[in-house]
Amino acid sequence: MAHGVRRDSPKVPDFSLLKRLARDQLIYLLEQLPGKKDLFIEADLMSPLDRIANVSTLKQHEVDKLYKVENKPIISASDQLCFLIRPRIQTVKWICDVVNADKAIGKFRRYKIIFTPQKFYACEAVMEEQGIFGDVTTDEWAFYLLPLDDDIISLELPEFFRDNFLAGDQRWVRTAGSALHLLHSLYGPFSKIYGIGRCSKMTYESWRKQVEEGEQRPRQAEIGSVFLIDRDVDFVTPLCSQVVYEGLVDDIFKIKCGCVEFGPDVTSSDKSIKVMLNSQDKVFSEIRNEHFSNVFGFLSQKARNLQTAYDKRQGMDIQQIKVFVSEELKGLKQEHRLLSLHIGASESIMKKKTKQDFQELLKTEHCLLEGFEIRESISFIEEHINRQVSTIESLKLLCLLSVTENGLLPKDYRSLKAQFLQSYGVDHLLTFSNLRQLGLLVEQQPGETLTVMESKVGKLVNDKTAGKLTDAFSSLAKKSNFRALSRKLNLVPKSDEEYDLRVPRDMAYIFSGAYVPLSCKLIEQVLERDGWTGLEEISRLLNGHEFAVIGSSGVDSKQENDADRIILVMFLGGCTFSEISALRFLGKEKGCKFIVVTTAITNSSRLLEALMDTPV
Amino acid sequence: MMKSKADEEDYWNSSKFKAFTFDDEDDEFSRLKESKQAVNSIRQLVDDDDDEDDVEKVSWSGEPVGSISWSVKETAASNQRTDREPAFPKITTERPPLNKSQSGLSLSSLFKGGNLTARSLGDTSVRLFAPELRKPKSEYKDFVSDWTPVETVQRLQQGKAVSLEKFRSLQDKLLLLDFAVAAHDGNVITAVTLFTLFTLYGLEVLFRELESRQTALRHFIHYMTETRDQRLLLELLRSGLTWTFNSSSYENKRRDFVKSCLSLPFSPEDSAHVQDHYTLLERQIIIEAADQRAERDGKMEIFQRFPRKAPILNMPLITTLYYCCLYHYNESEGTYSSPLNIRQTFKISEKQYFATVLAARAKLKAWADVDALFTSRNWLGMMKKRSPLSFQRVVDILQKNSAPTQVLQEYVGLVDDAELRISLAQKHKCHDIVINTFRDMKDRQLLMEYRKKVERGSAEEKKIDQLLNNVQIRWKN
Repeated sequence: MAHGVRRDSPKVPDFSLLKRLARDQLIYLLEQLPGKKDLFIEADLMSPLDRIANVSTLKQHEVDKLYKVENKPIISASDQLCFLIRPRIQTVKWICDVVNADKAIGKFRRYKIIFTPQKFYACEAVMEEQGIFGDVTTDEWAFYLLPLDDDIISLELPEFFRDNFLAGDQRWVRTAGSALHLLHSLYGPFSKIYGIGRCSKMTYESWRKQVEEGEQRPRQAEIGSVFLIDRDVDFVTPLCSQVVYEGLVDDIFKIKCGCVEFGPDVTSSDKSIKVMLNSQDKVFSEIRNEHFSNVFGFLSQKARNLQTAYDKRQGMDIQQIKVFVSEELKGLKQEHRLLSLHIGASESIMKKKTKQDFQELLKTEHCLLEGFEIRESISFIEEHINRQVSTIESLKLLCLLSVTENGLLPKDYRSLKAQFLQSYGVDHLLTFSNLRQLGLLVEQQPGETLTVMESKVGKLVNDKTAGKLTDAFSSLAKKSNFRALSRKLNLVPKSDEEYDLRVPRDMAYIFSGAYVPLSCKLIEQVLERDGWTGLEEISRLLNGHEFAVIGSSGVDSKQENDADRIILVMFLGGCTFSEISALRFLGKEKGCKFIVVTTAITNSSRLLEALMDTPV
Repeated sequence: MMKSKADEEDYWNSSKFKAFTFDDEDDEFSRLKESKQAVNSIRQLVDDDDDEDDVEKVSWSGEPVGSISWSVKETAASNQRTDREPAFPKITTERPPLNKSQSGLSLSSLFKGGNLTARSLGDTSVRLFAPELRKPKSEYKDFVSDWTPVETVQRLQQGKAVSLEKFRSLQDKLLLLDFAVAAHDGNVITAVTLFTLFTLYGLEVLFRELESRQTALRHFIHYMTETRDQRLLLELLRSGLTWTFNSSSYENKRRDFVKSCLSLPFSPEDSAHVQDHYTLLERQIIIEAADQRAERDGKMEIFQRFPRKAPILNMPLITTLYYCCLYHYNESEGTYSSPLNIRQTFKISEKQYFATVLAARAKLKAWADVDALFTSRNWLGMMKKRSPLSFQRVVDILQKNSAPTQVLQEYVGLVDDAELRISLAQKHKCHDIVINTFRDMKDRQLLMEYRKKVERGSAEEKKIDQLLNNVQIRWKN
């Protein structure tokens, strides 16, 4: 790649507008309940809310006390209660309990539920069933999109993934369509839309209908093309351990709504510090997309520069020092603070990740991606399970094994499953059933010849040899989709070539040069070909549902403008920071800019935790 | 950018739009809103040419920027008509599109004007996404509609009022359901599913119809899961309609519940797991009761030395095994809490059993037990150390339980691969092994190199010196 003329990246549209709209609408809704009121906020709405408004904004609009929604009786003296919640039945049920408890003691209050981003009939059905329909007013706060950074916009709906892909509930399809519609109205009209996946298709249709129903004034487009992609098109990428700085920080410290909390081990003091991680942080913005092995070098260089800058003040006269203090010192101090935080974080990461365990984990992942030494990988996973080390890591490896190998051999599946249940609890039967349903962890359906041969040979030789033979046989069997995809799209670079992580040559650098993320590779290919022509085999291997449509809204395609180089990629079901880094890299190579819209930021733990069904 | 409160009040009091705020009628808002929407769209339907819709004439322009009202401004976006061709083509989603002939109206002519305010060219500051404004009271009236299924679904999607009562025959209900499914809006699918289902009598009819409608069925199951309606879910399960048992039906871990689960239609393999789970729970209850008593009475010294951190109830099998290796290691195989008995009953693999016992005994620093674990006699009656785990892993486990160097040394020495052995030995400071390995390799250089690393005047240093001075060894370098 990188043959195209490199250009400066185009200017990104101003997405802070989305925040302003959301805030203004919230204020309007609060004013619909005039007078002093107590506000109950759903726990996972607190951080998004913090990004767009602050307490004083709420206080200005007569919010008296703020509470977090917890499923227990409330203590509030206010005669007006306002609930700001996600449309979840359990929360609505709790509100019903609150209202009914008031009724029982003859207390009169006014109640208002603000659902965001929309309300569901199921919620109203519950209110009706509990006999409080009509006692409570409801409203919708169309807070669809939260810009987390210049190029990341999140719907902050982690449940999208499970609801849509596991439960098969299409309740969020319209939400995704509306979010797209909002972007289209503010930054469109879009010229082209590509996509792959069932949910992407439905989202496109929902969006199209909303465009038809609504109005669009002719305006200068700020976003050219859109790419919609379902998370289940590529499960391999989010299952891999992240090694790019931002991804690593997310894997280890958990970035929540663009913010991370560094504990005492990072701050080297006795308290934790919350830090916003975005392009405003000058130190972070330079290392976020770097492979971790480069980060230390960069940070120490930066530290030296800082030292030099501080040292300048030696030998200054009073006047110069005055200038220095007033102009430079603040910036230097700020940089100093950030630098020491990121150095602390890197040290903490080093401590955790240079342990032998992590090295072995990475090695196993790379083997699985390459399809190499599968038997050894399986015994590594088995030992991992036996030692009851992290449930998530065991599951992640099992899933990676299954997805790359197109399922486990029945013998392996049964034995690993039994050991897993013994180590981590039988409750995980549910987890296994969920994973099977999603196709993340399945039993292979071997070809008949294979089974017969295997069982015959298996009787003749001992276990170890049988294992090796099985390996040999499975290579004869139907190739897994991932292997075929990997070959066709060249996802796994040849391992004998040196890969210089300092000068990445392709997107594989985000996984130490071992693997180009499938999702991003697809995006690259489709954009390059301006559609799916020539990718028929690929889309067949991905179970189809691909599309590419061109709008007829009179955008002159010949006239080149910045908007054509702004590409919106919408991940339905979440995307990882590694994928975002890969797209940033791709954007730089191609002279365009990717805007990532995602239902939530995900990683291997979040993905798998969403599929676990262990009782609390 | 917010104006002060006084300013706002000032604004509201002086505004000519004051009539549009229902400050005292919140209770009726939602219903009013719905009816208003119904009325609105009807009028558009019957009087399609009437551009001058009252609502859209409401102009909020001229407000001071920054006020709350500014923020909810809705410009008259629909001054422009929408009779242009749809800009983007329809793509077929998985389900073949249903026969649309029932509706004589195209979607775009039915409803126009979402609540989205488009942003005009050149106007970069004031573009807003506002909630629908309430309409004057005069516009509310009762309205009995006669929507077709497709229109009903459409209205549901837009959050407008509909009347589902008119769908009374099973055929009508199912038709409505199919249209809902075709619209791919889960919210609507759930709404229609609930309506059609709860108005049906017996569960048989319901299940029969759902069987052929997987999408609706999944929405229904998800709703049941969310509302935690275990009774219906269990019915669904028994009827074989769901492919898996559900979390909510399983969340109660009480033994009795698990017992009742035994009769559910699992795959034979899973059914064995559930049976095991039940057996384990029974056992844990017995062990827990006995150990609680023993702990309280102070009869068993081990509980004082290593107080229990948590009850063993509901723990995984391996955790239970670990627990029993800690507290009941030497019990005869006949007791419920004997590790051997547990291994037998639950058919724990050799590897898994070893790893667990090793970790538990190492935790207690019972090195003799660790030793015994690996020792077996071969057919000549010779004592030999063997392990189903690699010795590298054994060392790893021992080291994590802070085993002393002497113990570690023994197992590092058993690692087959020389290179691995040396690196492990160096890591764990097992000097003897390093020295002996270098001696066996006859590598004088490495040995001399290593001499620098050991402590001055230590036994190791002496040993190295002896070796280096030993003229009988034929060094390779």
